[in-house]
Amino acid sequence: MGLQRPALEAKISNLLSIPVVAGAAGALVVFALLPQIAELIREQLSANLSPTMAKLAATAIGVGAVVFLITQLPIFLIWWERKIAAHIQDRLGPMRVGWHGVLQSFADGMKLLFKEDIIADGADRFLFKLAPFLVVMGAFSAFAVLPWADGLVISDLNIGVLYVIAITSFGAIGILMAGWASNNKYALYGGMRSAAQMVSYEIPTAIIILSVVVQVGSLNLQDIIAAQQGGFGDFQNWFIFRAWGLNVIGFVSFFICGLAETNRNPFDIPEAESELVAGYHTEYSGMRFALFFLAEYGSMFFVAGVAVVLFLGGWSGPVFSGPLVFFLKILAIVFVQMWIRWTLPRLRVDQMMALCWKYLIPIAFVVLMGAAVLQVSGG
Amino acid sequence: MQSTFERHPENPEIVTVNMGPSHPATHGVLRLVLKLDGERVVKCVPHLGYLHRGMEKIAENRTYLQFIPYTDRMDYLSPLAANVGFALAVEELLGIRVPPRCEVIRVICAELARIGAHLLWLGTHALDLGAATVFFHTFKDREWHYDLIEDLCGARLTTSYTRVGGVMHDVTADWLQKLTEFVDGMPSRIDDYESLLTNNTIWLQRTQGVGKITTEQAVTYGMTGPSLRATGFEYDLRKSRPYSGYENYEFDVPVGQGRFGPIGSCWDRYYVRVEEMRQSVRILRQAIEKLPAEGDVHETVPKRVKPKPGEVYARTEAPRGELGFYIVSDGGLIPMRVKARSPCFVAMSIFREIAKGEMIADMVAIIGSLDIVLGEIDR
Repeated sequence: MGLQRPALEAKISNLLSIPVVAGAAGALVVFALLPQIAELIREQLSANLSPTMAKLAATAIGVGAVVFLITQLPIFLIWWERKIAAHIQDRLGPMRVGWHGVLQSFADGMKLLFKEDIIADGADRFLFKLAPFLVVMGAFSAFAVLPWADGLVISDLNIGVLYVIAITSFGAIGILMAGWASNNKYALYGGMRSAAQMVSYEIPTAIIILSVVVQVGSLNLQDIIAAQQGGFGDFQNWFIFRAWGLNVIGFVSFFICGLAETNRNPFDIPEAESELVAGYHTEYSGMRFALFFLAEYGSMFFVAGVAVVLFLGGWSGPVFSGPLVFFLKILAIVFVQMWIRWTLPRLRVDQMMALCWKYLIPIAFVVLMGAAVLQVSGG
Repeated sequence: MQSTFERHPENPEIVTVNMGPSHPATHGVLRLVLKLDGERVVKCVPHLGYLHRGMEKIAENRTYLQFIPYTDRMDYLSPLAANVGFALAVEELLGIRVPPRCEVIRVICAELARIGAHLLWLGTHALDLGAATVFFHTFKDREWHYDLIEDLCGARLTTSYTRVGGVMHDVTADWLQKLTEFVDGMPSRIDDYESLLTNNTIWLQRTQGVGKITTEQAVTYGMTGPSLRATGFEYDLRKSRPYSGYENYEFDVPVGQGRFGPIGSCWDRYYVRVEEMRQSVRILRQAIEKLPAEGDVHETVPKRVKPKPGEVYARTEAPRGELGFYIVSDGGLIPMRVKARSPCFVAMSIFREIAKGEMIADMVAIIGSLDIVLGEIDR
């Protein structure tokens, strides 16, 4: 039963998946050893270059590594999401291209690269071309402050939290621009919805982030992680376990806001395919379309990363510490995001707004006030 | 070139949006021209006819038997029900009654068709509201039901199973065994769907109180089937004018209870259909027991079906409501006139009235909950 694949094709695709799987395994090893590798590079640089140049070169290497990571991540995340969706839906998902379909994302990416780049008549060509880059920029430049390990962060900004809040709202401009420039009513509706959604959900997000800042007393992400180190099993001091459950509420609210900010179900209203065809990216094709997806997966990963930093101890423990632990924690949160996406129906736009303004913002304020009171009373 | 926004003569803020004929949520080739004030629908004009094949005219050039395959293609989601309906109409014109074994087989056909139609409806309706997983699960069971139909008559969609005076051929004991497995397995599957949707907060928010239809409205428009019953009005042809021996079966007619929000809303229509699937399973179980062990499945009918001059209107309770065939015979080999009374066409006509003032997202819910099939509307 079932369709038989030509044997040669099957062999080739299985052979091709060996380097991919090996590469992924290698990446995990590199991840685990990242602090040591970074230290090695730093030593080499400072031995051979002047201090200024060494710092510059270290930053450049760091930026290159992070850019490489976040451009390769969606390849994995898309495949992973398709597998998760498939298993939730009682099917297998991609199985053809490579071992268990691991090459599927490469095949899709290849297809999108070679597709014709269509710009609709009457579209605002400049803005239309610019929009996907803005969205990607917003999603990817946020990674600059995400700390991977002790001392392993591209830019250890002392106002890292503010940077996070500011840069994640960058995407809204791009999406609104895409919706407007497409000269398509569905796209415009999608863009408007998205802008409204992102702007609204930014408020509870920021307030909840502030509630953590209040408990730490610093806007620096490394300081926030440092405040969560130690304790039983290296996880007792995580913020989610502190402040008598107040931070659990904060974490859940932050997670919900994160779903909304990344336009994921049940908040994927801007691209609700049954209402708005594809929302703001209706008119996009080829690589420009793919860029929106890269950005979506990038920001999914980033929002999960911030949640981990704020509430789950960042790169520090349970038991082990380091980039690999951080990565796995983020993946766990991303998994929940995907799980929710494939289980729940979609909210309506007014219900989504009501959830934000009527429930999340008051809850966020309560969390902030509670945290402040506890802090002042020395809890 | 036309500007993006054609101005409404009175209110320049009203936007005209063309939804369909090719749109993910219009279930076929329905085209809606919407006038939107923000997210709200000010006016909705449905345009039909994209799937018009002139079936009723074709019927005037075919013998009675030759028209049966065309009935497959009317409601292409429950072809067996239409087969049964047409055969009953011609038999009434001829004044014959089919043998008991055939009657039971026809009941099995009609109920299988109902389950299949409702499964597809449930999946697509949930998909429209963003719950993608329900779709795949219902399609898995729909595949099961299609396997049964394929075993029964050799085709999945173009069944053409009934004949004037009987059915194509008898069912086998093996097939009945498979049907028993289906009947035993379905109730727990329906429970699964319900666990995904019925009490889900988001699902409730999206369906309760949306697209409310009062009994008065429904009766005025001539709505039948689940959409009418969802308004709380108990009207089922299987009870009120039994055919094919439906009077011998024990089953309930589920009506809208208004358990959540006002009666006659999308949620009621959803729940009535889910309950109907359970009742259909119940009827199927009884039918398997009732099936006479011996007996012909075909009444003796002359090779050339030539009814006396006269007219007949025979109606059956198809999955989507009252499917009626009005046939006028002039005593010849081919009918003088055939008119099909389509339940979906009627359901469609109320759309304009209830859509007013709803939001775009609700339009999708309403289209889905009215369960229209364009093949039957356009014929």
